[in-house]
Amino acid sequence: MYDLIIIGAGPAGITATIYAARKKLNFLVITKDIGGQAALSADVENYTGYQYITGPELVEKFEKHMKEFNIEVKEGEEVVMVEKMNGTIKVKTDRGTYESKVLIIATGARPRTLNVPGEKEFKNRGVTYCATCDAPLFANMDVAVIGDGNSALDATLQLMKIANKIYLINMNPSFRGDEVMIEKVKKSDKVVTLYNAKTLEILGDKMVTGIKLEKDREQKILDVQGVFVEIGYVANSDLVANLVELNKQGEVVVDEHCKTNVPGIFAAGDVSNAPYKQIVVAAGDGAKAALSAYEYLSRLR
Amino acid sequence: MPTIKVYSTPTCPYCRMVKDFLKQNKIEFEDIDVATNTEAAREMVAKSGQMAVPVLDIDGTIIVGADLKAVKKALNLEG
Repeated sequence: MYDLIIIGAGPAGITATIYAARKKLNFLVITKDIGGQAALSADVENYTGYQYITGPELVEKFEKHMKEFNIEVKEGEEVVMVEKMNGTIKVKTDRGTYESKVLIIATGARPRTLNVPGEKEFKNRGVTYCATCDAPLFANMDVAVIGDGNSALDATLQLMKIANKIYLINMNPSFRGDEVMIEKVKKSDKVVTLYNAKTLEILGDKMVTGIKLEKDREQKILDVQGVFVEIGYVANSDLVANLVELNKQGEVVVDEHCKTNVPGIFAAGDVSNAPYKQIVVAAGDGAKAALSAYEYLSRLR
Repeated sequence: MPTIKVYSTPTCPYCRMVKDFLKQNKIEFEDIDVATNTEAAREMVAKSGQMAVPVLDIDGTIIVGADLKAVKKALNLEG
């Protein structure tokens, strides 16, 4: 039996790992991937200590730091069930079952979908949720980016270097993202911004050919070959939905010590209801969760 | 040994995951950067019918995404 199991290895999970390793806990990390959403960011300009670094580079540094310690990481392993029985946490994966006294949930979040006709059919056929991955495939094409936050602005900035024309489709009257990015996007003559525009449908035959919008009570179709959906995230909390309290948005409810409502279960990063989904915030929460877990274990002994 | 092509972009973390997996298993592959090679990008879309990276071509078996289970199966690897 392990002292601790950490599920997830994004900024929160990895930071929790570093703190747990330094406390010499007997623990295990189970994760589908390394870096989580941080690996998908193109430019990171707000992580302390780095004026500029790309998401993949930052994740490489995280991973190196984590693997400096002699720890057990089950990479590419998918958790299928988590339960707590008689004070023991059981984590079942596609390859085995592991037991621990304490659990840190750091499973992050996944992109929110539009839920409009055509979205599923044309996923990976012009519709994408990973600008960092797929933007280069849309060289010299006309594309649409949907969203109003930093992710949408980040995708637009990447596409400005590659695509022919970018329709930035904002469902709201203004942007929520950082002013620095908004200014860069507004300066570009490649970008056409549409405010108060609702996406109704994604059109295509084999691949995406257009997008149907409603703006000012009128419907219109834009001819595009790519649609980048950047409308926020949904917490990856399905695994623990029956175990810990979630809020209406599906985020795991935690207090300022990253404690959930179940003793011995902690959560950190984008899966939790902690405000501001930022790499640096997730990393900070990961540290808090590990220290809280350590304190909890000390009291058990 | 099978002939393996990995179509990828330099920034894509899923591509890195697949390539790391192949390297760890000491499997040789041709790494094709579709961000700079537009002809290869077209070839990739034609083969996979999709506009997404990574795409693997393992002796004609096409795998889209970082689907390590499918890669293991195509290479007859255990695990």
